[in-house]
Amino acid sequence: MKNHVWRPLFVVIAIVIGILLFRAFYVPSDFGAQERGYTFGYHRLSNEQEWKDYPAKYKGNDYCNECHDDKIEELESAHHATIPCENCHGAAFDHPDDPEKLVIDRSRGLCIRCHSELIMPSSDRNDIPGIDPAEHNQGEECSECHNPHNPSLEDM
Amino acid sequence: MKRREFLKSTAVFVAGASISVSALDFIDPKEILAANPDLRWGFLVDTHKCVGCGFCVKACKIENDIPYDANVTRTWVERYVIKKDGDVVMDSPKGARDGYTSKLLDQNHSGMLQVPDEEIAQAFFVPKLCNHCATPACVQVCPVGATYQAADGVVLIDRTWCIGCGYCIMGCPYGVRFFHPVEHVADKCTFCYHRISKGGNTACAQACPNGARRIGNLKDPNDPVTVALMTQRVGVLRDEYGTKPQVFYLGLNKEVR
Repeated sequence: MKNHVWRPLFVVIAIVIGILLFRAFYVPSDFGAQERGYTFGYHRLSNEQEWKDYPAKYKGNDYCNECHDDKIEELESAHHATIPCENCHGAAFDHPDDPEKLVIDRSRGLCIRCHSELIMPSSDRNDIPGIDPAEHNQGEECSECHNPHNPSLEDM
Repeated sequence: MKRREFLKSTAVFVAGASISVSALDFIDPKEILAANPDLRWGFLVDTHKCVGCGFCVKACKIENDIPYDANVTRTWVERYVIKKDGDVVMDSPKGARDGYTSKLLDQNHSGMLQVPDEEIAQAFFVPKLCNHCATPACVQVCPVGATYQAADGVVLIDRTWCIGCGYCIMGCPYGVRFFHPVEHVADKCTFCYHRISKGGNTACAQACPNGARRIGNLKDPNDPVTVALMTQRVGVLRDEYGTKPQVFYLGLNKEVR
Protein backbone atom coordinates (compact mmCIF):
# COMPACT_ATOMS: atom_id res chain seq x y z
CA MET A 1 0.00 0.00 0.00
CA LYS A 2 1.05 3.53 -0.67
CA ASN A 3 1.83 6.35 1.69
CA HIS A 4 -1.49 8.08 1.25
CA VAL A 5 -3.23 5.04 2.72
CA TRP A 6 -0.79 4.42 5.57
CA ARG A 7 -0.65 7.94 6.89
CA PRO A 8 -4.35 8.40 7.74
CA LEU A 9 -4.41 4.80 8.98
CA PHE A 10 -1.66 5.62 11.49
CA VAL A 11 -3.70 8.58 12.68
CA VAL A 12 -6.76 6.37 13.18
CA ILE A 13 -4.74 3.73 15.04
CA ALA A 14 -3.23 6.44 17.25
CA ILE A 15 -6.70 7.80 18.07
CA VAL A 16 -8.01 4.33 18.93
CA ILE A 17 -5.01 3.60 21.16
CA GLY A 18 -5.44 7.01 22.77
CA ILE A 19 -9.12 6.34 23.54
CA LEU A 20 -8.35 2.90 24.94
CA LEU A 21 -5.58 4.35 27.13
CA PHE A 22 -7.88 7.11 28.39
CA ARG A 23 -10.59 4.51 29.10
CA ALA A 24 -8.15 2.31 31.02
CA PHE A 25 -7.25 5.21 33.32
CA TYR A 26 -10.71 6.78 33.54
CA VAL A 27 -12.94 3.74 34.14
CA PRO A 28 -12.50 2.38 37.69
CA SER A 29 -11.46 -1.24 38.07
CA ASP A 30 -14.66 -2.20 39.92
CA PHE A 31 -16.85 -0.98 37.07
CA GLY A 32 -18.69 -3.72 35.20
CA ALA A 33 -21.57 -6.18 35.25
CA GLN A 34 -22.21 -7.16 38.89
CA GLU A 35 -24.64 -9.61 40.51
CA ARG A 36 -27.70 -8.47 38.57
CA GLY A 37 -25.96 -9.01 35.24
CA TYR A 38 -25.24 -6.72 32.34
CA THR A 39 -28.83 -5.49 31.91
CA PHE A 40 -29.53 -4.41 35.50
CA GLY A 41 -26.21 -4.56 37.32
CA TYR A 42 -23.73 -2.71 35.07
CA HIS A 43 -22.17 -0.19 37.45
CA ARG A 44 -19.33 0.92 39.67
CA LEU A 45 -19.49 -1.43 42.66
CA SER A 46 -18.02 1.03 45.19
CA ASN A 47 -21.01 3.34 44.66
CA GLU A 48 -23.13 0.98 46.77
CA GLN A 49 -20.85 1.67 49.73
CA GLU A 50 -20.98 5.40 49.03
CA TRP A 51 -24.78 5.32 49.38
CA LYS A 52 -24.48 3.27 52.57
CA ASP A 53 -22.23 5.97 54.03
CA TYR A 54 -24.76 8.76 53.39
CA PRO A 55 -25.31 10.60 56.70
CA ALA A 56 -28.64 10.04 58.47
CA LYS A 57 -30.49 13.06 59.87
CA TYR A 58 -33.45 11.43 61.57
CA LYS A 59 -32.15 9.31 64.45
CA GLY A 60 -35.38 7.81 65.81
CA ASN A 61 -37.00 7.63 69.24
CA ASP A 62 -34.35 5.22 70.55
CA TYR A 63 -31.73 7.90 70.03
CA CYS A 64 -33.88 10.43 71.92
CA ASN A 65 -34.32 7.86 74.66
CA GLU A 66 -30.57 7.74 75.34
CA CYS A 67 -30.78 11.09 77.19
CA HIS A 68 -34.47 12.00 77.43
CA ASP A 69 -35.60 8.64 78.80
CA ASP A 70 -37.59 10.41 81.55
CA LYS A 71 -39.67 12.27 78.93
CA ILE A 72 -40.23 9.19 76.80
CA GLU A 73 -41.36 7.15 79.78
CA GLU A 74 -43.66 9.93 80.94
CA LEU A 75 -45.29 10.15 77.52
CA GLU A 76 -45.59 6.43 76.90
CA SER A 77 -49.35 6.42 77.46
CA ALA A 78 -49.93 9.88 75.98
CA HIS A 79 -52.47 10.37 73.22
CA HIS A 80 -49.79 11.35 70.74
CA ALA A 81 -47.30 8.63 71.72
CA THR A 82 -47.46 7.09 68.24
CA ILE A 83 -46.01 10.25 66.68
CA PRO A 84 -42.20 10.06 66.57
CA CYS A 85 -40.46 12.82 68.58
CA GLU A 86 -38.65 14.20 65.54
CA ASN A 87 -41.86 14.92 63.62
CA CYS A 88 -42.47 17.98 65.80
CA HIS A 89 -39.14 18.54 67.57
CA GLY A 90 -37.18 18.41 64.31
CA ALA A 91 -34.64 16.00 62.91
CA ALA A 92 -31.86 15.28 65.42
CA PHE A 93 -28.88 15.58 63.02
CA ASP A 94 -25.94 15.48 65.48
CA HIS A 95 -27.84 16.88 68.44
CA PRO A 96 -26.70 17.64 71.15
CA ASP A 97 -23.40 18.67 69.48
CA ASP A 98 -24.80 20.19 66.32
CA PRO A 99 -27.42 21.63 66.65
CA GLU A 100 -27.22 22.20 70.40
CA LYS A 101 -30.93 22.92 70.56
CA LEU A 102 -33.66 21.62 68.32
CA VAL A 103 -36.30 24.02 67.01
CA ILE A 104 -39.77 22.75 67.88
CA ASP A 105 -42.44 23.26 65.25
CA ARG A 106 -45.39 24.68 67.20
CA SER A 107 -47.23 26.02 64.16
CA ARG A 108 -50.91 25.51 63.44
CA GLY A 109 -49.84 24.08 60.09
CA LEU A 110 -48.25 21.12 61.84
CA CYS A 111 -51.38 20.19 63.83
CA ILE A 112 -53.83 20.54 60.96
CA ARG A 113 -51.82 18.05 58.89
CA CYS A 114 -54.00 15.51 60.70
CA HIS A 115 -56.65 17.56 62.49
CA SER A 116 -58.13 19.55 59.65
CA GLU A 117 -61.48 17.87 59.15
CA LEU A 118 -61.80 16.11 55.80
CA ILE A 119 -64.50 13.76 54.62
CA MET A 120 -62.42 10.66 53.90
CA PRO A 121 -64.54 7.53 54.03
CA SER A 122 -62.37 4.42 53.43
CA SER A 123 -59.44 6.10 55.19
CA ASP A 124 -58.43 6.22 58.86
CA ARG A 125 -58.36 10.00 58.51
CA ASN A 126 -62.10 9.92 59.16
CA ASP A 127 -61.52 8.65 62.71
CA ILE A 128 -59.22 11.50 63.73
CA PRO A 129 -60.91 14.38 65.59
CA GLY A 130 -60.92 17.30 63.18
CA ILE A 131 -61.65 21.01 63.06
CA ASP A 132 -62.20 23.55 60.33
CA PRO A 133 -59.00 25.65 60.52
CA ALA A 134 -60.82 28.65 59.06
CA GLU A 135 -63.33 28.70 61.94
CA HIS A 136 -61.59 27.14 64.95
CA ASN A 137 -59.82 29.95 66.90
CA GLN A 138 -58.20 31.34 63.81
CA GLY A 139 -54.81 32.97 64.21
CA GLU A 140 -54.02 31.33 67.54
CA GLU A 141 -51.52 28.58 68.13
CA CYS A 142 -53.06 25.24 69.04
CA SER A 143 -50.62 24.79 71.93
CA GLU A 144 -52.10 27.80 73.73
CA CYS A 145 -55.03 25.59 74.75
CA HIS A 146 -53.99 22.04 73.91
CA ASN A 147 -51.03 20.16 75.39
CA PRO A 148 -49.28 18.89 72.25
CA HIS A 149 -48.41 15.58 73.90
CA ASN A 150 -51.87 14.97 75.32
CA PRO A 151 -54.18 17.30 73.49
CA SER A 152 -57.63 16.26 74.71
CA LEU A 153 -59.01 19.18 76.75
CA GLU A 154 -60.99 16.79 78.95
CA ASP A 155 -57.76 15.22 80.22
CA MET A 156 -56.25 18.51 81.32
CA MET B 1 -28.54 -68.23 46.12
CA LYS B 2 -25.10 -67.51 44.85
CA ARG B 3 -22.82 -65.11 46.63
CA ARG B 4 -22.80 -62.74 43.66
CA GLU B 5 -26.59 -62.59 43.55
CA PHE B 6 -26.81 -62.09 47.31
CA LEU B 7 -24.46 -59.10 47.24
CA LYS B 8 -26.31 -57.65 44.26
CA SER B 9 -29.76 -57.82 45.82
CA THR B 10 -28.42 -56.52 49.14
CA ALA B 11 -26.92 -53.51 47.39
CA VAL B 12 -30.19 -52.82 45.55
CA PHE B 13 -32.20 -53.15 48.76
CA VAL B 14 -29.92 -50.82 50.73
CA ALA B 15 -29.93 -48.27 47.92
CA GLY B 16 -33.72 -48.40 47.60
CA ALA B 17 -34.27 -48.15 51.35
CA SER B 18 -31.95 -45.16 51.72
CA ILE B 19 -33.76 -43.26 48.93
CA SER B 20 -37.15 -43.75 50.54
CA VAL B 21 -35.81 -42.57 53.91
CA SER B 22 -34.37 -39.39 52.43
CA ALA B 23 -37.59 -38.80 50.47
CA LEU B 24 -39.60 -39.00 53.68
CA ASP B 25 -37.35 -36.37 55.26
CA PHE B 26 -39.58 -33.32 54.74
CA ILE B 27 -37.81 -30.16 53.56
CA ASP B 28 -38.75 -27.04 55.48
CA PRO B 29 -38.47 -23.99 53.17
CA LYS B 30 -37.91 -21.73 56.17
CA GLU B 31 -34.89 -23.80 57.18
CA ILE B 32 -33.31 -23.51 53.76
CA LEU B 33 -33.93 -19.76 53.64
CA ALA B 34 -32.50 -19.32 57.14
CA ALA B 35 -29.33 -21.14 56.11
CA ASN B 36 -29.02 -18.86 53.11
CA PRO B 37 -29.28 -15.30 54.44
CA ASP B 38 -30.61 -13.76 51.28
CA LEU B 39 -31.80 -10.21 51.13
CA ARG B 40 -34.40 -8.59 48.90
CA TRP B 41 -35.84 -5.32 50.11
CA GLY B 42 -39.54 -4.76 49.58
CA PHE B 43 -42.08 -2.23 50.79
CA LEU B 44 -45.65 -2.49 52.01
CA VAL B 45 -48.08 0.44 52.03
CA ASP B 46 -51.36 0.22 53.90
CA THR B 47 -53.62 2.77 52.24
CA HIS B 48 -56.28 2.40 54.96
CA LYS B 49 -53.84 3.59 57.61
CA CYS B 50 -52.56 6.61 55.69
CA VAL B 51 -54.17 9.80 57.01
CA GLY B 52 -52.42 12.18 54.62
CA CYS B 53 -50.33 14.02 57.23
CA GLY B 54 -47.35 14.16 54.85
CA PHE B 55 -44.76 13.69 57.60
CA CYS B 56 -43.18 11.01 55.41
CA VAL B 57 -42.62 13.47 52.56
CA LYS B 58 -41.13 16.07 54.90
CA ALA B 59 -38.86 13.52 56.57
CA CYS B 60 -37.70 12.14 53.21
CA LYS B 61 -36.82 15.60 51.92
CA ILE B 62 -34.79 16.50 55.00
CA GLU B 63 -33.16 13.08 55.34
CA ASN B 64 -32.03 12.91 51.73
CA ASP B 65 -31.18 16.60 51.17
CA ILE B 66 -33.87 17.13 48.54
CA PRO B 67 -34.36 20.91 48.12
CA TYR B 68 -37.31 21.61 50.39
CA ASP B 69 -39.13 24.19 48.32
CA ALA B 70 -38.27 22.88 44.87
CA ASN B 71 -41.10 21.03 43.17
CA VAL B 72 -39.33 17.65 43.32
CA THR B 73 -39.69 14.85 45.82
CA ARG B 74 -38.64 11.22 46.17
CA THR B 75 -41.93 10.22 47.74
CA TRP B 76 -45.36 11.80 47.75
CA VAL B 77 -48.92 11.15 48.85
CA GLU B 78 -51.89 11.32 46.51
CA ARG B 79 -55.47 12.03 47.54
CA TYR B 80 -58.25 10.29 45.65
CA VAL B 81 -61.87 11.37 45.93
CA ILE B 82 -64.35 9.10 44.16
CA LYS B 83 -67.74 10.69 43.71
CA LYS B 84 -71.05 8.86 43.86
CA ASP B 85 -71.49 9.38 40.10
CA GLY B 86 -68.18 7.56 39.50
CA ASP B 87 -66.00 10.57 38.76
CA VAL B 88 -62.48 10.39 40.19
CA VAL B 89 -60.74 13.54 41.37
CA MET B 90 -57.20 13.43 42.69
CA ASP B 91 -54.54 15.87 43.80
CA SER B 92 -51.15 16.01 45.47
CA PRO B 93 -50.26 19.63 46.26
CA LYS B 94 -46.46 19.94 46.77
CA GLY B 95 -46.43 16.12 46.93
CA ALA B 96 -48.30 16.48 50.27
CA ARG B 97 -45.15 17.88 51.91
CA ASP B 98 -47.38 19.96 54.20
CA GLY B 99 -50.11 17.34 54.48
CA TYR B 100 -53.74 17.68 53.44
CA THR B 101 -55.31 20.53 55.34
CA SER B 102 -58.08 21.66 53.01
CA LYS B 103 -61.12 20.16 51.35
CA LEU B 104 -60.16 21.99 48.17
CA LEU B 105 -58.58 19.75 45.56
CA ASP B 106 -55.72 21.32 43.61
CA GLN B 107 -56.49 20.85 39.90
CA ASN B 108 -53.45 22.79 38.66
CA HIS B 109 -54.38 25.12 35.80
CA SER B 110 -58.13 24.61 36.25
CA GLY B 111 -57.93 25.95 39.80
CA MET B 112 -59.23 24.58 43.08
CA LEU B 113 -62.17 22.22 43.19
CA GLN B 114 -64.36 21.34 46.12
CA VAL B 115 -66.39 18.16 46.02
CA PRO B 116 -69.51 18.64 48.22
CA ASP B 117 -69.37 16.28 51.24
CA GLU B 118 -72.59 14.50 50.29
CA GLU B 119 -71.27 13.61 46.82
CA ILE B 120 -68.22 11.75 48.15
CA ALA B 121 -68.51 7.96 47.92
CA GLN B 122 -64.89 7.08 48.72
CA ALA B 123 -61.86 9.12 49.61
CA PHE B 124 -58.42 7.92 50.61
CA PHE B 125 -54.69 8.60 50.41
CA VAL B 126 -52.08 6.65 48.47
CA PRO B 127 -48.39 7.12 49.31
CA LYS B 128 -46.06 6.65 46.36
CA LEU B 129 -42.34 5.99 46.10
CA CYS B 130 -39.89 4.13 43.90
CA ASN B 131 -41.08 0.55 43.35
CA HIS B 132 -37.54 -0.88 43.13
CA CYS B 133 -38.85 -3.17 40.39
CA ALA B 134 -37.45 -6.65 39.82
CA THR B 135 -36.96 -5.75 36.13
CA PRO B 136 -36.54 -1.95 36.28
CA ALA B 137 -37.22 -0.18 33.00
CA CYS B 138 -35.22 2.86 34.14
CA VAL B 139 -32.02 0.84 34.60
CA GLN B 140 -32.16 -0.78 31.18
CA VAL B 141 -32.20 2.55 29.36
CA CYS B 142 -29.17 4.09 31.11
CA PRO B 143 -26.50 4.52 28.41
CA VAL B 144 -23.54 4.91 30.81
CA GLY B 145 -24.14 2.39 33.61
CA ALA B 146 -24.91 5.11 36.15
CA THR B 147 -28.13 3.60 37.47
CA TYR B 148 -28.20 0.00 38.53
CA GLN B 149 -29.79 -2.57 40.79
CA ALA B 150 -27.79 -3.85 43.73
CA ALA B 151 -27.88 -7.54 44.65
CA ASP B 152 -30.47 -6.80 47.37
CA GLY B 153 -32.89 -5.33 44.83
CA VAL B 154 -32.42 -1.63 45.57
CA VAL B 155 -32.14 0.55 42.47
CA LEU B 156 -29.52 3.27 42.93
CA ILE B 157 -27.89 6.05 40.91
CA ASP B 158 -24.14 6.67 40.79
CA ARG B 159 -24.01 10.47 41.04
CA THR B 160 -20.42 10.63 39.80
CA TRP B 161 -21.32 8.61 36.72
CA CYS B 162 -24.71 10.08 35.70
CA ILE B 163 -24.51 12.37 32.68
CA GLY B 164 -28.02 13.75 33.20
CA CYS B 165 -29.45 12.60 29.88
CA GLY B 166 -32.87 11.97 31.43
CA TYR B 167 -33.61 8.67 29.67
CA CYS B 168 -34.36 6.98 33.01
CA ILE B 169 -36.71 9.81 34.03
CA MET B 170 -38.69 9.14 30.85
CA GLY B 171 -38.35 5.37 31.17
CA CYS B 172 -39.91 5.00 34.62
CA PRO B 173 -43.63 4.18 34.27
CA TYR B 174 -44.29 5.48 37.79
CA GLY B 175 -42.71 8.91 37.42
CA VAL B 176 -40.60 8.51 40.54
CA ARG B 177 -37.42 9.87 38.98
CA PHE B 178 -36.60 13.54 38.66
CA PHE B 179 -33.69 15.80 37.89
CA HIS B 180 -31.96 16.89 41.11
CA PRO B 181 -31.78 20.69 40.94
CA VAL B 182 -28.61 20.91 43.04
CA GLU B 183 -26.66 17.76 42.16
CA HIS B 184 -27.60 18.04 38.45
CA VAL B 185 -28.13 14.30 38.12
CA ALA B 186 -31.15 12.01 38.00
CA ASP B 187 -32.45 11.25 41.49
CA LYS B 188 -34.92 8.89 43.13
CA CYS B 189 -35.81 7.03 46.30
CA THR B 190 -33.01 4.79 47.59
CA PHE B 191 -35.18 3.00 50.19
CA CYS B 192 -32.91 5.03 52.52
CA TYR B 193 -30.06 2.64 51.69
CA HIS B 194 -27.85 4.28 54.32
CA ARG B 195 -30.40 3.50 57.02
CA ILE B 196 -31.70 0.05 56.08
CA SER B 197 -28.22 -1.36 55.44
CA LYS B 198 -27.39 -0.49 59.07
CA GLY B 199 -30.50 -2.22 60.40
CA GLY B 200 -32.60 0.94 60.56
CA ASN B 201 -35.91 1.96 59.08
CA THR B 202 -36.50 4.23 56.12
CA ALA B 203 -37.02 7.88 57.08
CA CYS B 204 -40.57 7.87 55.69
CA ALA B 205 -41.60 4.70 57.50
CA GLN B 206 -40.06 5.96 60.73
CA ALA B 207 -41.89 9.28 60.47
CA CYS B 208 -45.26 7.62 59.83
CA PRO B 209 -47.33 7.76 63.04
CA ASN B 210 -49.78 5.11 61.83
CA GLY B 211 -47.58 2.36 60.40
CA ALA B 212 -48.88 2.89 56.88
CA ARG B 213 -45.39 2.37 55.46
CA ARG B 214 -43.18 -0.62 56.20
CA ILE B 215 -39.97 -1.97 54.72
CA GLY B 216 -38.91 -5.57 54.98
CA ASN B 217 -36.79 -8.38 53.62
CA LEU B 218 -38.94 -10.35 51.18
CA LYS B 219 -36.60 -13.35 51.39
CA ASP B 220 -37.11 -13.70 55.14
CA PRO B 221 -40.35 -15.66 55.64
CA ASN B 222 -40.65 -14.39 59.23
CA ASP B 223 -40.40 -10.73 58.31
CA PRO B 224 -43.70 -8.96 59.14
CA VAL B 225 -43.86 -7.50 55.62
CA THR B 226 -43.36 -10.91 53.99
CA VAL B 227 -45.95 -12.46 56.29
CA ALA B 228 -48.43 -9.74 55.32
CA LEU B 229 -47.69 -10.26 51.63
CA MET B 230 -48.28 -14.00 51.92
CA THR B 231 -51.44 -13.82 54.00
CA GLN B 232 -53.23 -10.69 52.80
CA ARG B 233 -54.59 -9.32 49.55
CA VAL B 234 -52.08 -6.92 48.08
CA GLY B 235 -51.80 -5.13 44.77
CA VAL B 236 -49.07 -3.38 42.83
CA LEU B 237 -49.15 -0.33 40.60
CA ARG B 238 -49.20 -0.68 36.81
CA ASP B 239 -48.65 -4.41 36.71
CA GLU B 240 -49.18 -4.36 32.93
CA TYR B 241 -45.81 -2.72 32.35
CA GLY B 242 -44.06 -5.94 33.35
CA THR B 243 -41.59 -4.17 35.62
CA LYS B 244 -42.51 -6.40 38.60
CA PRO B 245 -42.75 -3.62 41.19
CA GLN B 246 -41.71 -4.51 44.75
CA VAL B 247 -43.80 -1.91 46.56
CA PHE B 248 -47.05 -3.59 47.54
CA TYR B 249 -50.31 -1.91 48.49
CA LEU B 250 -53.02 -3.04 50.87
CA GLY B 251 -56.43 -1.72 49.89
CA LEU B 252 -55.50 -0.63 46.38
CA ASN B 253 -58.31 0.59 44.14
CA LYS B 254 -58.53 0.27 40.39
CA GLU B 255 -58.85 4.07 40.23
CA VAL B 256 -55.29 4.45 41.53
CA ARG B 257 -52.73 4.87 38.78
